[in-house]
Amino acid sequence: MIKLDAKIPEGPIAEKWTRYKQSVNLVNPANKKKLDIIVIGTGLAGAGAASALGELGYNVKNFCFQDSPRRAHSVAAQGGINAAKNYKNDGDSIYRLFYDMIKGGDFRAREANVYRAAEVSNDVIDHYTAQGVPFARDYGGTLDNRSFGGVQVSRTFYAKGQTGQQCLLGAYSSLNRQIKLGTVKMFPRREMLELVLIDGKARGIIARNLITGELERHSAHAVVLATGGYGTIYYLSTLAVNSNASAAWKAHRKGALFANPSFVQIHPTSVPQLNDYQAKLTLMSESLRNDGRIWVPKNKDEKRHPNDIPEEERDYFLERRYPAFGNLVPRDVASRAAKERCDAGYGVGKTGLAVNLDFRDAIKKQGKKAIESKYGNLFEMYETITGSDPYDEPMKIYPAGHYTMGGLWVDYELMTTIPGLYAIGESNFSDHGANRLGACSLMQAAGDGYFILPNTISNYLAPEIKTGKIPTDGKEFGEAEKSVTDRINKLLSISGKQTVTSFHKRLGRIMWDYCGMSRNSEGLTKALKMVNELEEEFWKDVNVPGSSDEVNQEIEKAGRVADYFELAKLMITDALHRKESCGAHFREESQTPEGEAMRNDAEFAYVAAWQFNESEKTHTLHKEMLSFVEVEMKERSYK
Amino acid sequence: MKVRLKIWRQKNSKSKGAFATYDFDGVSPEMSFLEMLDALNTKLVQEGREPVAFDHDCREGICGSCGMYINGYPHSPVPGITTCHLSMRYFNDGDTITVEPWRAKTFPVIKDLMVDRSAFDKIQVAGGFISVNTGAAPDSNSIPCRKKHADEAFDSASCIGCGACVAACKNASAMLFLSAKISQLALLPQGRIEAKERVREMVSVMDELGFGNCSNTGACEAQCPKGIKLTNIARLNREYYKAF
Ligand SMILES: Cc1cc2nc3c(=O)[nH]c(=O)nc-3n(C[C@H](O)[C@H](O)[C@H](O)COP(=O)(O)OP(=O)(O)OC[C@H]3O[C@@H](n4cnc5c(N)ncnc54)[C@H](O)[C@@H]3O)c2cc1C
Ligand code: SF4
Ligand code: FES
Repeated sequence: MIKLDAKIPEGPIAEKWTRYKQSVNLVNPANKKKLDIIVIGTGLAGAGAASALGELGYNVKNFCFQDSPRRAHSVAAQGGINAAKNYKNDGDSIYRLFYDMIKGGDFRAREANVYRAAEVSNDVIDHYTAQGVPFARDYGGTLDNRSFGGVQVSRTFYAKGQTGQQCLLGAYSSLNRQIKLGTVKMFPRREMLELVLIDGKARGIIARNLITGELERHSAHAVVLATGGYGTIYYLSTLAVNSNASAAWKAHRKGALFANPSFVQIHPTSVPQLNDYQAKLTLMSESLRNDGRIWVPKNKDEKRHPNDIPEEERDYFLERRYPAFGNLVPRDVASRAAKERCDAGYGVGKTGLAVNLDFRDAIKKQGKKAIESKYGNLFEMYETITGSDPYDEPMKIYPAGHYTMGGLWVDYELMTTIPGLYAIGESNFSDHGANRLGACSLMQAAGDGYFILPNTISNYLAPEIKTGKIPTDGKEFGEAEKSVTDRINKLLSISGKQTVTSFHKRLGRIMWDYCGMSRNSEGLTKALKMVNELEEEFWKDVNVPGSSDEVNQEIEKAGRVADYFELAKLMITDALHRKESCGAHFREESQTPEGEAMRNDAEFAYVAAWQFNESEKTHTLHKEMLSFVEVEMKERSYK
Repeated sequence: MKVRLKIWRQKNSKSKGAFATYDFDGVSPEMSFLEMLDALNTKLVQEGREPVAFDHDCREGICGSCGMYINGYPHSPVPGITTCHLSMRYFNDGDTITVEPWRAKTFPVIKDLMVDRSAFDKIQVAGGFISVNTGAAPDSNSIPCRKKHADEAFDSASCIGCGACVAACKNASAMLFLSAKISQLALLPQGRIEAKERVREMVSVMDELGFGNCSNTGACEAQCPKGIKLTNIARLNREYYKAF
């Protein structure tokens, strides 16, 4: 029987982390090189952890499936990264950032972890600056900040619309330094396909070399997953198209609990789907809502060009419903409101699945130049993709799957329920509760990787210095490798008629319709049945061509989609059991008469951590009860 | 719309490749170029043939994974964009489109349109960093930097490591790529401390890897999807001469 222990240190919240570090077991510098650590992932979390652990003197092996660590999905983040520097003198503090995250997450995150994430945020910015990340600056030469994601202070650091890329290149540069020094060995174009446990501890992985198809065995004293989120379960999402959940899922099947799987953030402003072959939905930065006004026609069968629709026939639905916050309501609220209008038949564009984001008034008031200086590159990108010019007519936008708050359950040390297996960055569940605030994800991924994990992992590794190298020829590695081979062979042998992608699209559609922005018991029950049937069909009729001993992108996709069926069922199960609305999770049965989300703290103020039961392929729920000592539980209102 | 695709097919790094021709119907002008290739691959798989391998990930012009010659142009006949941002709107019904992998001896073909760009990582490993340990950084605002320099450093830092500059250059020179990193770090006060060692070591590794020389043709700049300017190469040269 698993007993969830978050291992939260004693003491006042502001002192917990310091106290923890004072008492943690350390590994002597001379002994560190006797310890091997595998880090999967090279995003802000993974590259950060690998380089920081390398600097400490551990032997690190770092893996990614892209051809270079510099291409991890973190590269695509646009808006910015938060820190509680209070450089603007506008009343910001670690406490306020912590408070905003707890409230934004709708009281479904663990206070101690969130406080620590806010606490290390300042060190993250300093480290990136020292690495040479060219953050935006003021004329006096100091760093500039902007306000982001509807908070009241300006705490977001940014590098034009390419903050993720610049931070990732900073992380990549430190990683390169350690590669040169020999503390980190880099394994690109590798996909982790199995976790190896020996005596219940995480001791290694099986990775497929994506060029030769060869299966490789790698052993270590601890394994760190920094494998990102699973938003691509919807097929169309704002994520890089190869993002996937397989590493986390393999760990889950081996005993790591998966927490709050149904908590997915749907971003309100992405370019809508234009054709059936579309592979991804491009995010249009949230900052556009600072000046753009969102509306749909009041008239259902509107045929006129949006510019010809007079003011009184436009429904600025966010301004109407939420007069205090208007177009700047949080992401989940904005997304649901857009969906509500489209479902009611007021959507625009060819498919009716879009709303207008209009800059007409902003251009009139501030001039085209001012708008261009703020959003020039975004407007250009929009025009490249759609062929329509946002200076002349409204953009069309629609919500898209964007960020997964759910992930592997971890304790205060970022360790999963498997000893020696850690999860950091988007792949864990910890800091964002039921809804993530803008610019807090890069911050958390980097904080986990640079400042938290390197300090907690020694507590586990200290007694490991006597273990010695872990051999890869034992039966555990053999069995793990065999299970990977068997699965690949099975996929290749089906020789059915339907492509992997066609299954992924159908799965995505089910999840989007029934386990997306708005959920209800009937739909979820139906979806569970549909996913089961689709999964069965997949294992009978999928067509994976080619062989396993070469580059075979269809095999890669097939394995990921196969895991997604299983995760989809868990997401639905989780969404079904949580009979309340909180954050991004909106249960239609739990809403106020005005259609706003209604939380149920009496019954659901807990983290739902799910355990996989191998024998029956079922899940058992474990609850980590949440207590809010620092921040009083309040209703989230944006009216 | 209908297009005729002439695509380079090569089984692996050891085999000899050749062009294959596909007459492909049902292309919609709203597809991106890579979505058109996805659609072609769907058709090939359904017909029991092998799909065309190509690198891609973000599909929004930022990760640097994608890249191929399209009608002889690295990335795209439309300047300033990556392959994943190219839309089928730019083609006409009946067009023939020739698609090839990057051609450079430092980027060997892995399969079809996929090439090995690990030489780029090796150049960065040689010195594309500032030697600062985690936790050792001073407060960010204790190292002020002129806004002009920070903005220029940003422009240089926006290189996505796609390799189009090498593919565009008749000498397969990596000078634009390298100069972008050298410039970024040379423009920032934090980067000055190791400037000399950095430029020496990065240039030396670049030469060892077999990238060609720069003969100031400017093909790289013309094809770079991120607008990396030749002035970066001038700065690289200045930094290099100062380094001895
Ligand atoms: C379009 C977009 C814009 C965003 N903008 C912002 C923003 O402005 N601010 C903000 O704070 N957040 C933003 N986010 C969220 C943020 O980018 C991510 O949450 C964050 O970058 C995740 O970082 P990570 O290190 O956890 O994982 P990732 O960067 O996703 O990296 C995952 C890594 O794991 C590797 N990997 C995965 N599986 C395997 C496997 N099986 N084997 C081997 N390797 C594997 C991959 O190769 C990759 O290296 C944005 C997200 C999107 C989609
Ligand atoms: S300089 Fe331009 S073309 Fe060359 S790798 Fe960088 S972004 Fe690509
Ligand atoms: S796929 Fe990322 S740049 Fe084209």
